[in-house]
Amino acid sequence: MKKETPLWEVFIRSKNGLEHRHCGSLHAEDAEMAMNNARDVYTRRNEGVSIWVVESTNITASSPESSGELFEPANDKVYRHPTFYELPDELKHM
Amino acid sequence: MSEAEIKNLEDQFDAKIARDEKIEPKDWMPEKYRKTHIRQMSQHAHSEIVGMLPEGNWITRAPSLRRKVALLAKVQDEAGHGLYLYSACETLGITREQMYEDLHSGKAKYSSIFNYPTVTWADMGAIGWLVDGAAIINQVPLCNTSFGPYARAMVRVCKEESFHQRQGYEIMLSLCNGSAEQKNMAQDALNRWWWPSLMMLGPTDAESTHTDQSMKWKLKRKTNDELRQQFIDQTVPQADILGLTIPDADLKWNEETGHYDFGEINWDEFWQVVKGHGPMNKSRIDARRNAWEGGAWVREAATAYADKQRARKEETAQAS
Ligand SMILES: [Fe+2]
Ligand SMILES: [Fe+2]
Repeated sequence: MKKETPLWEVFIRSKNGLEHRHCGSLHAEDAEMAMNNARDVYTRRNEGVSIWVVESTNITASSPESSGELFEPANDKVYRHPTFYELPDELKHM
Repeated sequence: MSEAEIKNLEDQFDAKIARDEKIEPKDWMPEKYRKTHIRQMSQHAHSEIVGMLPEGNWITRAPSLRRKVALLAKVQDEAGHGLYLYSACETLGITREQMYEDLHSGKAKYSSIFNYPTVTWADMGAIGWLVDGAAIINQVPLCNTSFGPYARAMVRVCKEESFHQRQGYEIMLSLCNGSAEQKNMAQDALNRWWWPSLMMLGPTDAESTHTDQSMKWKLKRKTNDELRQQFIDQTVPQADILGLTIPDADLKWNEETGHYDFGEINWDEFWQVVKGHGPMNKSRIDARRNAWEGGAWVREAATAYADKQRARKEETAQAS
């Protein structure tokens, strides 16, 4: 039997108030096994209060080659930043 | 791609690393970078996994419950380290199954230190103190290595290593404060583990082939000899606290250099062990192979169960 065990990505919320963050991956046959393995591999020292596991094939990732078309349009939009606007120094609370 | 284009990409790549930017799995990278990383990271992962065997040997015979839970937790951590590193390595396009196969066939290496036997309880102390101590010295600089997944895995690993070394040193401390027999046991363990621990930091700079390239890619920050000197300098005072003698007649503090001078390392022994002729090479690989083959039915059962659950779900979805 040469079948590979599916790959899962693990995301952990370290405490309430913070977002889930990707912390690594692991292999498991199903979601329940992925959850159990994630608990053992990534939270042995109270690193989390909540776990997401997502089978890796379900993630669509942008490719580095398309980063130009995706992210460059934002480069010349300096007016999206507060520093773009020239206001007098005396002006307070803004 | 033309040679000039590749050269251009490589220059950009090197510049990126020089600027301390990280390389992520889907980024363009020279084939040699990919291959070198697969080799080093899988070798590192194998070392964590094979490294469980010498200590696993003593879990059931730990002298107290306190020692037993600590050793068990340490060995479990090493399994975790192996898993972080395997999954980081897989991002470069090699499968877990392939890595196991390479370990079992002898194609992939692991740290030479784990080919020595653990014959007394004091070896648990010596391993935590010296072997994890040397591993920390190797691993801390890797937290800043250029390949993102490797660097992130190393940050997790390094956070966990300090407990390993402290629990080992505490075992040594208890033995050294115990009966004469216990102290002898500690000294004997130091005698056997000292030289292999020095060898663990790798061949001397003159013999080491990949150093330049590895420095550029930040797989290495210091040379093997520098790391070894650092290890000796920090470990000798720790042996003094234990009241143990380092088994090296030439070991002497050098006022001028500010370092310890030390005796000749038996590199013949090192290469023998690397080539597979250490006392435990065969037993370690046999144990890994047996675990993989003996566990096949568990993996098959898990697959069959998952398939069945999926089929059942689809059936009920269609029925409703
Ligand atoms: Fe480790
Ligand atoms: Fe360790």
